[in-house]
Amino acid sequence: MDLTYSHTEKAFRAEVRAWMEANVPSAPLPSFDASREGFEAHRAWERKLAEGRWGMVTWPQAYGGRALNLIQWLIFEEEYWRAGAPLRVNQNGIFLLGPTLMEYGTEEQKTRFLSRMASGDEIWAQAWSEPQAGSDLAAVRATGRREGDDYVLDGHKIWSSRAVFADWAFGLFRTDPASGRHKGLSLIFFPLDAAGVRVQPIPQIDGETGFAEIFLDDVRVPAFNRLGEDGQGWSICMATAGFERGLMLRSPARFQMAAKRLVDLYRAHEPECAPETRAAVLQSFMDAEAYALSIHATASRLIAGGHIGAEASTNKIFWSELDIQLHRTALSILGARAELMRSAPAAGDVGRWLDGYFFSLAGPIYAGSNEIQKNIIAERMLGLPR
Amino acid sequence: MDFRFTEEQTMTAEAVKGLLADLCQPADLRRLMQVGAARDDRRWTALTGMGLAGALVPEEMGGLGLGAVDFVLVAEACGYAGLPEPLVENAGISLPLLAALAADRRAATLLDRALAGDVTVATAHPANLFVAEADNAGALLVVRDDGVSLLEAGSVGLVRQDSVDPFRRLFTLAAMPAAAPVAGASDARAAVDLAFDRGALFTAAQLLGIAQRAVDLAVAYAKERQQFGKPIGSYQAVKHMLSTVQVRIEFARPVVHAAAAQLANADAFSRARISHARLAAGEAADLACRTAVQVHGAMGYSWEVDVHFFLKRALALASWWGDARFHRERVAARVFDRPLGADQTFASEAAHD
Repeated sequence: MDLTYSHTEKAFRAEVRAWMEANVPSAPLPSFDASREGFEAHRAWERKLAEGRWGMVTWPQAYGGRALNLIQWLIFEEEYWRAGAPLRVNQNGIFLLGPTLMEYGTEEQKTRFLSRMASGDEIWAQAWSEPQAGSDLAAVRATGRREGDDYVLDGHKIWSSRAVFADWAFGLFRTDPASGRHKGLSLIFFPLDAAGVRVQPIPQIDGETGFAEIFLDDVRVPAFNRLGEDGQGWSICMATAGFERGLMLRSPARFQMAAKRLVDLYRAHEPECAPETRAAVLQSFMDAEAYALSIHATASRLIAGGHIGAEASTNKIFWSELDIQLHRTALSILGARAELMRSAPAAGDVGRWLDGYFFSLAGPIYAGSNEIQKNIIAERMLGLPR
Repeated sequence: MDFRFTEEQTMTAEAVKGLLADLCQPADLRRLMQVGAARDDRRWTALTGMGLAGALVPEEMGGLGLGAVDFVLVAEACGYAGLPEPLVENAGISLPLLAALAADRRAATLLDRALAGDVTVATAHPANLFVAEADNAGALLVVRDDGVSLLEAGSVGLVRQDSVDPFRRLFTLAAMPAAAPVAGASDARAAVDLAFDRGALFTAAQLLGIAQRAVDLAVAYAKERQQFGKPIGSYQAVKHMLSTVQVRIEFARPVVHAAAAQLANADAFSRARISHARLAAGEAADLACRTAVQVHGAMGYSWEVDVHFFLKRALALASWWGDARFHRERVAARVFDRPLGADQTFASEAAHD
């Protein structure tokens, strides 16, 4: 066990830091969920990252990456969050679909999709959930009918983040009409501007349209767009979800920087704070640290050839709960001003804590509800009966 | 950066786990309890036979020359087994402290005897209200304002303080005989501070082991016990309780392991991490043991079921080598007086110079 950085790792950190200091926009970009303008500003940022070959540092050089390991990815993320760089509008692509494509895609598929994903030219949405298939994802009804070299897609997808402005979606479709549950499903990509696709934005708790419904009516795509074998969709989705929950979706740096801001907020209001607020601030710091340490342990294991298992579910529960507690603590420090919008004359330093708090409430729901994760832990880690 | 144990470290821990699985089952604990004994000679001989007494003593002094990372998994295994014998206190804390004071001839002589397995050494530290295993120890290391003194067995009166944990033998010292310190306060400071950090760290590791044991006992019971025609472990209410505990354990473990790797830094960062490890492992053990009682239902409240051994040990260790308040303040000192941020996870004072 060596918890110090090598010269190479230190030099890499310095390189990322220098690039971020020179390139991160000085003012925050407008939200990518509120307007096309905000979305395109984030796409432009993705292109700038790609120019510096920072789009996805772990990917092979052929797809715009730097072929770096997961510890270096964590260093990149730490510097990214430290610099206050924009949120990744293409996270569904680069963090979820990308690693899955790398594992299950053909060479032709990788060539077609990965570079454009890393460059921000194609921004991705996820189309798995349906009105009747949420936690019970295997109840998917949307169909993919094989016609020659094509699939014809029909159905109704929902809760697709970024789908309002994104270019592509990766969806779960029943390609064997005689099948049930986990069998006969396939993972198929479709352009969101294809004939027969209608995207209906859904306003969120904060009023923005971060997610959408997708209606598919005889949408024709080439069979080339299917990832893996016909009928392999469920196991590919579970592999994607493992990566999503376990590692990439929420890098620890995000919470460590939030904890740092929380400490700053506490310092500014210390005289008004109750002793339990101080304890809660310390707890948020410790939880963010614990998450970071756990991810470094996982990264070390994966570098040595290990795989992500059911512990991905423990990660998802831990970061989603710590995010809520951290934001609740911030709101308790703000006291009576916590309810104020930033535009209010008395808003003072309310910042974005309220937005962060609302978003934190989605954490235990998306990427598989925490209740489902607890079932997975109980059954696959602890071996309790189904 | 590599957050993994070596194969050798894992193998040592597996060997200790295997030995304890053979010789330290709850039935063994009950036998010991019935005769009112503190040690099982066969088990203690087997453990010392592995050379573990000198685990943290430098090789040139006759020890194994291992570090905290090597020993932390052993301490975890001791917690998991509910080990009555003072392996952690003797090998993890007292003997490396004694080794650090071995410039004194009395200390060096005692160290040789302790490494040979003839005696154990107990440490009386101001952080602890009591001295554990003082009656069975061949000598006491007493940390006081004027330094560290060495008292041979029988040279000091001991007052037994009964613990709810049948295997915790706690004492207060009746009267302190005048004894020239083996090291003065300033000479011994670094060694004494390190002894405290080892105490806190290895207590955290034991608490982690206790937490996992409590979950494992509850899981085994929940698979067997049937109600409404099904094992109770098939119900979500039971699953979710146990998953919640396992999450706590999973996020205490890397903190304990990182704390071991950073212990030797002996700075504000490493001390905060040790304290964080203590807090996280303590909370995991507390929740795990209470949950295990609940999952066992009325059986969990009985003497017959083994959960209470671990519940009591977790309770006993909760304030051992610093209580929660003390450790929270060490975290506070790091949070409020040192740089924060995502690039500071593995920070040390040396790296900041």
